[in-house]
Amino acid sequence: MKEFNSIRELVTQAEAHHCPISRIVIDNQMNYLKKTEDELHLQMDEHLQVMWEAYQNGYQEMKSPSGLSGGMAKKYHQSTVSGKLLSPLTKEAITIALSISEYNACMGRIVAAPTAGSCGILPAVLFSVSNTFQLERKKTLDALFHSAGVCMVIAKNASISGAEGGCQAECGSAAAAAASAAVELMGGTPEMSAHACALALKFVMGLVCDPVAGLVEVPCVKRNASGAVNALTAAELALSGIESAIPVDEVIEAMKNVGTMMPCALKETAQGGLAATKTARKISERVHGR
Amino acid sequence: MNIFDMIGPIMVGSSSSHTAGAARAGYVARMLLGEEPVKAVVTLSGSFAQTYQGHGTDRAIIGGILGFSPSDLRIRNSFEEAKRNHLSYTFQMEELENTAPNTAKIELQGVNGAVISTIISSVGGGVVQVVRINDADVKFSAEYPTTVVFNDDKPGIVAKVSEYFASHHINIAFMRLFRREEGQEAIMVIESDQKVGKEILESLRQSEHINKVIAIEPF
Repeated sequence: MKEFNSIRELVTQAEAHHCPISRIVIDNQMNYLKKTEDELHLQMDEHLQVMWEAYQNGYQEMKSPSGLSGGMAKKYHQSTVSGKLLSPLTKEAITIALSISEYNACMGRIVAAPTAGSCGILPAVLFSVSNTFQLERKKTLDALFHSAGVCMVIAKNASISGAEGGCQAECGSAAAAAASAAVELMGGTPEMSAHACALALKFVMGLVCDPVAGLVEVPCVKRNASGAVNALTAAELALSGIESAIPVDEVIEAMKNVGTMMPCALKETAQGGLAATKTARKISERVHGR
Repeated sequence: MNIFDMIGPIMVGSSSSHTAGAARAGYVARMLLGEEPVKAVVTLSGSFAQTYQGHGTDRAIIGGILGFSPSDLRIRNSFEEAKRNHLSYTFQMEELENTAPNTAKIELQGVNGAVISTIISSVGGGVVQVVRINDADVKFSAEYPTTVVFNDDKPGIVAKVSEYFASHHINIAFMRLFRREEGQEAIMVIESDQKVGKEILESLRQSEHINKVIAIEPF
C-alpha cells in the first residue's frame, strides 16, 4: 500500500479503492509494521481499553498533585443544567473529555492521542458517538486508525505539539483527527472527512499554548472539553454537506505557518497568555514555592 | 511513521516530556548501571527544575530507576516503592550547561558497588536522549535494542564486537564510538534491528579489554 503524505492522498486512495480512510491507514501500517490486521487491531484494542479505563477512573473524585484539577467531570455531569443547552451526545463527550484529561493531570494512565495534553478529545468524540449509536467495537477501532492517519499527516506537514505550534497544533490536531473519524463513524464520505478535518483546524487557528504554572491543567483540561465540541461541530457541518472553502492540506500548511510565527512565549513555555496573568503567577508561586 | 506513536504511547500522565520521558530517563540510567540501584542522586535542570512537582517528574525518574515503565501506575507512589526496595535518593536543582530544556543528571550506585553518572534529556513525545555517560559525551536514544560496551581504548575492539553481531545475524542500525581522551575508557553504543541475545552479551563480557556490557531493551 502506498504512503500518504497529505489528506488529499488519503482521500484519493480511499475513493480509488472504494473503501473508508481507516482501511487505507490499516493497510499502510500492516506493510510498515509488518503485522497482520488482527495484530494491529489487538494492539489498538488495548489502547481503546486504556482510554475507557481512564474515562471511568477520571470520573471519580481525585486531585492532581498541584490541586488544580480533579472532580470537574462528575460535577459537570451531575449538574442539573448539563445537557440543557447541548445534546445528550455532546454532554457525554464533554464528560469523557474532562474525565480523561483530569485523570492525566492526576498522573493516571492514559493514551497520548496524539499527545498527553490533548488525550481527552479523541476518546470523547469516538466513545460518545459509538455509545449513542450503539456501534460495534470494531468500528470504533477503525475510527482510531482513521484518526491516527490524520495525525500522521498533520505531524508530517505541520506539528502536533504545543511546544512547536501552540494549542492549535496540539488540541487542534486532536480535534481535527476526531472530526474526520467521526464522519466515517457516521457513514460520511472520505471527502466529508477531509472537510471536517479542515473545519476543526480552522476553528482554533492561532490558539496559543499557555499552560498556567507550566502544567498540563489550566487551561488544557477545559480545552479538551471544547476540543471535543469543536470536533463534533466540524463533523456535523461536514456531514450536512458544508465544505471548507480552503482545502484541508492548505489549512494544515496555514496552521504550520501560524505556529512558526507564534512567539516562543506562547508555545508551552508558560511565559505568555493565561500563564502570564496575575492570578496564574500566584498559582505558580503556590505550586512551585517561588 | 508508526501509528502507535500517534495513538500512543500508553503512559502515566501528565506530560509526555516531563513524566513519560522522565520515567524513561530513570529507566535508561538504571540499565546503564547494570545492577540493582541502592542510591540515586538526581539533579534536575531547566524546565524539569521549574515544574517538576506538578508533573511528577521526580516521582517518574525514581520510578524509572526502580525499573518501572512509563505506563506503570506505580510511578505515582514511587517514593514509597523506593523505600520498600531500599533505594535512597536525593534531588537537587542546578542548571546543567549546554543541555536541552528538560534534562536530568542521574548518578547511581548499585548493590554490588557499581557507579554510573549519566545526563539524559527528555526531547518530547516520551523520547529521551542520553548525552553523557561518566566523563564521555555521548548521543543515543535507546529507542532500538541498544548495546553499550565499555572498553579500553585499544585497536581491534570494534572489529571484534561487530564480528560477534554479524555471526549472530544481528543487523547494526547505528554504531557510535565515544571517549574522553586517547587511551582512556571508551564507550561503544550499538543500536540494532534485532534483540541482542544473552549469548553475545556473555561472549563480549568474556573478551579482553571489554570491561562492561549493557543491553537496553526498548519498551
